[in-house]
Amino acid sequence: MSLSRAKDLGLPLMNLVRLKGIPILEQLHLEERLLRTSSHNWCIVNDGTNVPTIVMGMSGKPAQLLELGPVMEDRVPVIKRFTGGGTVIVDKSTLFVSFICNKDDVPNVQPYPRSVMAWSGSLYGEVFKGINGFQLRENDYVFGDRKFGGNAQSIIRNRWIHHTSFLWDYNVRNMAYLKLPSRVPQYRLERDHTDFVCKMKDYIERSDFVEKTIKAVGNQFALKQVNLKDIDSYTEAENNLKTTRLLTLEELEKAMADTS
Amino acid sequence: MALRLLWASRVASHLRISVAQRGFASAVLKDLKYADSHEWVKIEGNKATFGITDHAQDHLGDVVYVELPELGHSVSQGKSFGAVESVKATSDINSPVSGTVVEVNKELTESPGLVNSSPYEQGWIVKVELSDAGEAEKLMDSDKYSKFCEEEDAKH
Repeated sequence: MSLSRAKDLGLPLMNLVRLKGIPILEQLHLEERLLRTSSHNWCIVNDGTNVPTIVMGMSGKPAQLLELGPVMEDRVPVIKRFTGGGTVIVDKSTLFVSFICNKDDVPNVQPYPRSVMAWSGSLYGEVFKGINGFQLRENDYVFGDRKFGGNAQSIIRNRWIHHTSFLWDYNVRNMAYLKLPSRVPQYRLERDHTDFVCKMKDYIERSDFVEKTIKAVGNQFALKQVNLKDIDSYTEAENNLKTTRLLTLEELEKAMADTS
Repeated sequence: MALRLLWASRVASHLRISVAQRGFASAVLKDLKYADSHEWVKIEGNKATFGITDHAQDHLGDVVYVELPELGHSVSQGKSFGAVESVKATSDINSPVSGTVVEVNKELTESPGLVNSSPYEQGWIVKVELSDAGEAEKLMDSDKYSKFCEEEDAKH
């Protein structure tokens, strides 16, 4: 749908930012800044990140979630992000899609986790139409009973972000850095990582997924492409907002020491 | 739902306040004040205790973590000062009044679910020393808040 046609239909505007290989820390900082200091709607697509990185949710405890010895030995970066949810290890094959919305521009969605999650499930239902077995199961995107997309959100007064890391492909060795978490969805049963997840590449072409996602978003919003270098003009002056951060080696060492 | 009303009645009796009977809706306690971001506040002299409402905890789902502010932290009416995590989301908690944090509910660190099971009592989040007692006039009373919640839910 063209931008002018979308505007004619009275669709709210959404800025689309397409990135490739941006470091996940930079992406998360950008998202946090846009959530809190912009009044626009945003869709951010990052096609892979530069190095394998572990990303934990806001309340994540490294000692409980990570095999700290190998993580530190192999110097895998560990990030604590500003949204909730669980732990993932992301790399150049991961696809990231994030939505930052004014609640009033998505009026059929209440600014609460389950309502936002249901909206996202419906949107991706359009993307994966015709692909057997796709569903939003508890809070994960699955094919059948295997997870390929992990979700997280942050909800502030009048806005929310819903972001997803899609498991396009994965390195089994990287999965070994993650422990089995204590909080798991019921449908996981007692499966370990490799039995629980699946590779999105086995179900859809990469470019197909990205284009279909943008098309699905375009059915609800008037999309306007914005370059990364132009984003500053859409936000207020940055202050010390960043709660997303890279954990230091000292913090990881202390976490390990505190458990022994 | 009968259990929720029984719980609300017991809380009200303990706090010596009356409870609005809202049928199948969330519990709203009279004699508290409410913000449109679903926080409640109880003002006693120049001190205030607040937390999130039953409506909020019901919509958020099981709370698994509460991010508490530091003692001495300044809070401003309508601005966020902490967060709760539930499902996969962090949700800001906004301060219904301005002041300085003098106490936080440390029980929530080990038992964040108190926010769900006892949002007006054991699930309180912070106590502040007020900087502007007049700000409470901007908040809703229980009847207005009840209506606000009904209207909000009816839109969806």
